[in-house]
Amino acid sequence: MVIETDRLSKQYRVTFAVRDLDLAVAEGSISAFLGPNGSGKTTTIKMLLGLTHPTSGAGLVFGQPICDDAASVKIRQRTGYVGEDKRLYGYLTVGETLSFVRSVYPAWDRDREQALLRRFDLPLDQKCQKLSKGMRTKLALVLALSRGAELLILDEPSEGLDPGAAEQLLEAVVQAAADGTSVFFSTHQIAEVERVADHVFIMNRGRLVFRSPMEEIRENYRRIHFAFPGRSPTEEMNVDGVFRLRPEGHTLSLVVTGNLESITQRAQSLGAISVDVQPIGLRELFLESVEEGRS
Amino acid sequence: MYHNYETVDPAFFKVDPASGVPIYLQLMERFRHAVESCLLAPGDQLPAIRTLAQQLVISPNTVVKAYTELDQEGVIELRHGVGAFVLDGERHRDRGKEIRIAKNLVRAFVEKLRKQGFATDEIRRFVEAELNLTAEEVRRGH
Repeated sequence: MVIETDRLSKQYRVTFAVRDLDLAVAEGSISAFLGPNGSGKTTTIKMLLGLTHPTSGAGLVFGQPICDDAASVKIRQRTGYVGEDKRLYGYLTVGETLSFVRSVYPAWDRDREQALLRRFDLPLDQKCQKLSKGMRTKLALVLALSRGAELLILDEPSEGLDPGAAEQLLEAVVQAAADGTSVFFSTHQIAEVERVADHVFIMNRGRLVFRSPMEEIRENYRRIHFAFPGRSPTEEMNVDGVFRLRPEGHTLSLVVTGNLESITQRAQSLGAISVDVQPIGLRELFLESVEEGRS
Repeated sequence: MYHNYETVDPAFFKVDPASGVPIYLQLMERFRHAVESCLLAPGDQLPAIRTLAQQLVISPNTVVKAYTELDQEGVIELRHGVGAFVLDGERHRDRGKEIRIAKNLVRAFVEKLRKQGFATDEIRRFVEAELNLTAEEVRRGH
């Protein structure tokens, strides 16, 4: 595991920004970190990078404890990070920024830098303060991707990018993963996650409410509608493999994580007169996962 | 470099991430189809993992999974550090036949033991014990 946390929590007075978070991010994987605004994604990322300290719990990145200041420096040396603010020196040009940052990292990958510059079409002579939001993001990505980092942590990298640039970003993420870099990124772009992610983590109100390999969602997760002649037997249907269950009059809507056959058989033995099984997309799963916390 | 691949439209390998079928299975299906319809011939090199991942904008790990499974099925051969190559169609058809025969043998054998009153777990233990034993013998060079 490249990232591993154990009951990681961050409390501000009486409210928890992050509560009892157990994360496990596999090495070499592309992992997406989803959740509504304010669900604790950025706080988690900041804790992983040692930019803020947890109030309880523990975490490891590359097996190094995130709360240890010396270890945290080592973690940051091996991690490329693109945050919300994308701090750049406004008075330096893109080219000057590159040569400055390049000189700091011995493992700088010049070929990758050149390839990314071509792909992103960045104006080398432009001062950073004159860059558009999308351009700033692209430059921050070039810096993070070219320094030979083993782990990339991206906090909403596609925010503010036009569709073309967002596509280039995804291609760059795929390329980094193909080179063996682990990628952990937070985002609101569910369709993008569906395409490139190996693993999905969903946060809601500071807690991890859902985690699964993406391929497992496609393979095993289904939405089922059963229609019953009378009242739908809600309790009787709450069996192994049922993730969400919602009675809607005579019909029962389920999200299942597998065990499809025995769930269907059970419904039929309880008198279900019609069965409709559909694959479920990540968007629906996301909404189901964050719905639960709202009450 | 990827001799026939260049003549195959990348759209041929297009996958649907929103479908209820894992992407690696969709990819396997596309490649099987490419081989069956002779778009890819025996000996042809498949696109490199990173190339295909980038072209389709999917996780390289998914491509690895598809190639590994196709290798196990005998459709392609993964040569370490070199790439993936389409195997001789005749050879993998034969392999498919062999696999079917082997499965039938196992089915007949399991049915026979069941008729003799052995439970599933007992049969599983017999088979596992036998496999462990033969693995041990192989290891010791018998």
